[in-house]
Amino acid sequence: MNLKPETLKRIDEVIPHYPVKRSAVLPLLHLIQEDAGYISKDAIEWIAAKLELQPINVYEVVTFYPMFRQQPIGRRHVKVCRTLSCALLGGYKTCETFEKEFKTHRGEISPDGEVTIEFVECLASCGTAPVVMIDDDLHEKVDVAKAKALSDQIKAEAKKR
Amino acid sequence: MIAPAKSDLVTVNVDGKEIAVPKGTNVIEAARLVGVDVPYYCYHPKLTVVGNCRMCLIEMGMPAVDPVSKAPIMDPVTGKQKINWIPRPQIGCATNASPGLHIRTNTPQIKDCREGVMEFLLINHPLDCPICDQAGECKLQEQSTGYGRGYSRFIEQKNVKPKRTQLGPRVTLDDERCILCSRCIRFCKEIAKDDVLGFVDRGSYSTLTCYPGKALANNYSLNTVDICPVGALTSTDFRFKMRVWFLKQTNSIDTESSVGANTVVWSREGVIYRITPRRNDEVNDTWLADSARDLYKPVRAADRLGSPLVSGSAATGEVAMAKAAEFLKSSAGSVAVVGSGRSSVEEQFLTRKLATALQASTHLVSRTGEGDKLLISADRNPNVRGALVIGLIAQLPKSTLGELGAAIDAGRVKAVVSVGEDLAAAGLTTAQLAKVAIVYLGTHANATTAAAKVVLPTLMTFEKNGTFVNQQFRLQKFFKAVPGPTGAVEDVAVLARLVAGCGGAAVAGEINTLWTTIAAEVPALQTVTFANLPETGLLLDATPWATLPFVEGETLHYKPAAQPASS
Ligand code: SF4
Ligand code: FES
Ligand code: FES
Repeated sequence: MNLKPETLKRIDEVIPHYPVKRSAVLPLLHLIQEDAGYISKDAIEWIAAKLELQPINVYEVVTFYPMFRQQPIGRRHVKVCRTLSCALLGGYKTCETFEKEFKTHRGEISPDGEVTIEFVECLASCGTAPVVMIDDDLHEKVDVAKAKALSDQIKAEAKKR
Repeated sequence: MIAPAKSDLVTVNVDGKEIAVPKGTNVIEAARLVGVDVPYYCYHPKLTVVGNCRMCLIEMGMPAVDPVSKAPIMDPVTGKQKINWIPRPQIGCATNASPGLHIRTNTPQIKDCREGVMEFLLINHPLDCPICDQAGECKLQEQSTGYGRGYSRFIEQKNVKPKRTQLGPRVTLDDERCILCSRCIRFCKEIAKDDVLGFVDRGSYSTLTCYPGKALANNYSLNTVDICPVGALTSTDFRFKMRVWFLKQTNSIDTESSVGANTVVWSREGVIYRITPRRNDEVNDTWLADSARDLYKPVRAADRLGSPLVSGSAATGEVAMAKAAEFLKSSAGSVAVVGSGRSSVEEQFLTRKLATALQASTHLVSRTGEGDKLLISADRNPNVRGALVIGLIAQLPKSTLGELGAAIDAGRVKAVVSVGEDLAAAGLTTAQLAKVAIVYLGTHANATTAAAKVVLPTLMTFEKNGTFVNQQFRLQKFFKAVPGPTGAVEDVAVLARLVAGCGGAAVAGEINTLWTTIAAEVPALQTVTFANLPETGLLLDATPWATLPFVEGETLHYKPAAQPASS
C-alpha cells in the first residue's frame, strides 16, 4: 500500500471518531479511493488489518456501494445521469457524445487515459436535465453541443500538461 | 438439566395457550413448547439473532394498564385484562418472553405475511426441487408447502448466479438457491472462528462468496451444509449420491476423540452414506467436525478383516474361537491383555473378565493429539474413561507398551490378547511380536494381524450397539446402523466366548443381558440398563477419578478440572 502521508494521517485521525473500529470502514474506503483512485485487493486487506476485521468484512462493503471502484479509472470521472428526467431530455445522447469524443465505451478508460465515462442515477438536479458530473463539478443542461465543448476543454487541459 | 428457579419463569400466551417459560426465552422456542410452529429461516438456536428473513413474523400484544394509575384495564366483554396489540407484525426470533406477553400466529395478517415472505423468497429461487439435492430436508420446500400461497405470480426472468462454486475442499455452493439467511456466515464467524464467508453485491444480486483467495477449509465447514435451510450449500462428498428419504437414521457417537459428539448415521441397505450431528446441548450443541463425518469410510475398506484366521489360514469362527481359548488357557498366568480405549464399555467389561480368568496383566494404549478447543479433544480415544469406570485400568494409559515389551523380553509373557490394538504401532518390535502367541480381535489388517496366531474379525462402531464414557464422564450409547461383513462377529460375543473358554464364569455375549451383569458388578453403573440410558447420555459421578491427570484441555461444554498433564 502506497498511501500519501497526508492520507495516512487522516486515516489515523478518523478511526477514533467511532465507538468501534469497524465503523471506520466507510471513511477509510473513501480516503483510500480519493488517494489511490480505486480500491485494490491490497487496500481491502490493509483496511481489514488496520481495523482488526477479516478481509471479507471490508469486501462486502466495497461491493455493496457502486461508488467504490475496484479498478483504476481515467484521470477524470465523467458521470452522466440516466434517470428519468435526464433520460427524457437526451442523457443517452450526451453520454454517446462523450464516448465518441474520447473513442471509448462506458466503464472503460479512454485510450488517452484521460477519462472514464459512466452512467449514474439521479444527481438531484432534474430541473436542469440532462446533467453531468465531471469529478466534483456539476454541469447542467449538457446537450450534445455542450458535451462536445466540455470534451474539448478536457482535451485542451490535457495538452497543457 | 437443573430446572431454572421459579422466580425466573414468566407466563406468556401463545395463540390463547398460556405457558410459563424462563424469562427471555425466544418466542420461537416458547411457541414450540406449546406445539405452535413459528416458521423461520435465519434464526438458529446456537447462533446470534439477525432477523433478516422475516419468516417468523407474529402479532404481539401486552396487557393494557392505565398510564396514570398503572391499574390493569379490564375488557368488559371477557372480564379479563385488555390486551394492547401492536398493529404491525413483529419478528418472533428477536422477541423475548416477558411477563404477560401475548403472541398470535394464526391471524389472517400473519398468514398474509408468511405468504408474502415466501413469495419474495421464491422469486429468484430456481424451484427445481426434483433435481435439487436438498429435497426432502429443505425448509424452503417444507415451509412453502405449509405457509406459501401455492402458485407463483412471477412471470419475469429469474436472476442468474454461480451454480457450482467450490467454497472449499468439502463444500459446494449453488448461489441461485441461497435465500441469504446468513446462517453459514454467522457459523463461520461465531463458532468456527474462521470468518471467510460473506455477501457481496446488493439487493437481488447479493451473492454468498468466500473472500477471493481464501477457502472455507476449516474442519467444521460441513456444519454450514447442515444449517443451510435450502439446497445452496451441499456436501461435495454426499451431493447427488442418495435421496435423503431413502436413508435410515441411526443414532451414534463420534469416536475420534473423548468429546463424544452425538451423531446420526444415514444408511440404506447396509451402506452408510453420511454422518451428521445430532443435537445435544450438553455435549456438541448442533455441531460436528468434518473429520468425524469420514469415520465410516473404513467400513468398506479393502483391508477389512473378513474371515477368522488360525496361523494365517482361514478357519470357521467356531474353530478359531476354540483355538484361541485353548492357547490362552494353556498359557494362563503368562498372558497379557491389551484392551482398548476405542472399545465400548461392554467390551472393556468383558476384556477385564477375560484378564481376570487368565490372571493376565492389562494394558491400554493412549492416543493423544492437539485438541481444537471445539469438538476434538486431546484424548483421541473415545472411551478411556469407560475403562476407568469399568475397572479395566486404574491409571491413565501410556502411549506405548514399553512395560509389556519388557515383560515379553523377560519371558514373563507368552501370549497376548489384543482387542483391536495394533501392537506394532504401540511400540512392540517385530522380534517381540514373534516371541508371543497373539490372539487379535479387530476390524482391519495391520502388522499385528500378520503376526497373530489367531485373528478374530469383529465389528466397527457402526455395526453394533454399545456405550462410551466421554470426557465429562457422560455415558452415551450408540446403535447398530449397518450389518457387519460376513465372517465378523460382534466383539462382545467373541469376548464372552473367550471368557467362558478360558475358564471364567459364563457371561452374556449380548448387550442387553450383559448390562444386568455390569449393573450388578459396577457400583457406578448400578441403575443403568442399555434400554433406559437416555439419548442424551447419563452423567456419571466422576469424583473417584478427579485426581487423575487427564490430557484434555478446554473444549465446547468441557473445562478440565485440574491442570492438563504436560506430557
Ligand atoms: S448459503 Fe444457505 S446458509 Fe448460507 S446464506 Fe445462503 S441460504 Fe443461508
Ligand atoms: S434525473 Fe438526472 S438529475 Fe435527476
Ligand atoms: S427467523 Fe429470520 S427474521 Fe426471524
